Amino acid sequence: MGDQRPWIVRALSILVLLLLWEGAGRLAANPLAPPASVVLAAMAREVASGALPHHVGITLARVAASFTLAMALGTALGLAMGWWRTVDLWLDSALLLLLNLPALVLIVLLYVWFGLTEAAAITAVALNKLPTTAVTVREGVRALDDELLEMGRAYRLGRWATLRHVILPQLHPYLFAATRSGLSLIWKIVLVVELLGRSDGVGFQIQVYFQLFDVTHILAYALAFILIVQVLEWAILQPLERRFVRWRVGPDHARRRQ
Amino acid sequence: MSRLTVDIREKRLAGRLVLGAVAFTVEAHEVVALVGPSGCGKSTLLRLVAGLDRDLTGTVRWSGAAPRLGMVFQQPRLLPWRTVRQNLTIAGAGLEEGDRLLDRMGLADKADVWASQLSLGMARRLALARALAVDAQALLLDEPLASLDEGNQRLARVILREYWLRRPVPTLLVTHDLAEAVALAHRVLVLSPGPARLLFDHPVPDGARTDAALAARTVSALRELAAMPR
Repeated sequence: MGDQRPWIVRALSILVLLLLWEGAGRLAANPLAPPASVVLAAMAREVASGALPHHVGITLARVAASFTLAMALGTALGLAMGWWRTVDLWLDSALLLLLNLPALVLIVLLYVWFGLTEAAAITAVALNKLPTTAVTVREGVRALDDELLEMGRAYRLGRWATLRHVILPQLHPYLFAATRSGLSLIWKIVLVVELLGRSDGVGFQIQVYFQLFDVTHILAYALAFILIVQVLEWAILQPLERRFVRWRVGPDHARRRQ
Repeated sequence: MSRLTVDIREKRLAGRLVLGAVAFTVEAHEVVALVGPSGCGKSTLLRLVAGLDRDLTGTVRWSGAAPRLGMVFQQPRLLPWRTVRQNLTIAGAGLEEGDRLLDRMGLADKADVWASQLSLGMARRLALARALAVDAQALLLDEPLASLDEGNQRLARVILREYWLRRPVPTLLVTHDLAEAVALAHRVLVLSPGPARLLFDHPVPDGARTDAALAARTVSALRELAAMPR
């Protein structure tokens, strides 16, 4: 099957990256630019001591909570704004404001107003992601096929069946785009939130090691987190996406599977 | 079953007149064909009757509650991301009735295939099956036999006649083919080129469905009527 070749190419590209890193690190011979082997060894020690699983676990839980919140509210908002012009007019400026508010400002304000709490942290992250989700879903709703919606009305499909069978399948590409950009955005912001106002999680650890100028451990934590996000992408997101586009046939699809 | 009364004085789309005076009734058990040149506003008329568009000068009224519709659109309008069978059940067909119609339409082996994989002819047959499978109280069919090959057109005509024998429901059948109208309908309404006005309303003799010569005479009589200057 032609399916296996992309995996070989991917594995090779990662290997090449690691080798380049290793070589550059050895050449530099400076503790502030450690080679791959040193970072990986540090990562293994942190895993063995239990510190890395603990902090990564906490950060992942925060990512999951704020991601779920942002996607659920953002999707609902996007649906409403795409569907009803009045809702769109009322909320568009607020959305624009939120979209252009620097993440840092939002985080600091929420910490000031609600204290250095878990709820403030998660809300801050979710509010950073929510507007882009809403905007993406709104685009999707605007692109819905009117003829199919009309068919649904003629056959009296009802709200729920129309959402499930007519609207959501057309929104899948938009929801996946929002999910992808959402995960990468959220885990970056979660680290900032942890750095500023939490006493655990990957962001907190990075702050600790930053104060010690310990680049090896900073890289070890960052790398561990990147690995986990990649596994999420390969193990959950991509299979899910393939499942939702199974029905697509035609030359476009054939090209994508090459 | 309910009776349909249409009394349209005019219908505009974005300011442009697309339908002129069109008034007629469809009795509870009647099949009425709407014949007119393409682009004369037949599909607009069907959307008004279906209640998908309520912006008109005039009235469209059903005696009693608005009936559950079986509708065939000019395009198949299937859900490509659902299977052939799901396209029927989602629209409200029972599983058994759905499968029976798939079988009748020669689509039984496609029941579990994505609707996106059907050819246009198959998609049109599925669209007709959907309209007939939902236990409709009225049928609105926009060129239901278009893009079917000759064999499938004959099959679809047989299936439609069987359907009306078992379930006589008020039916509006849009077509541009007088022969098809005579073969299927009790009455033929002929519309002018757009913006359509109703030119005349002509009954089809009972025998025309079985007697080919009578059908041919009826078609040519209708053709002469339609060609008359007025």
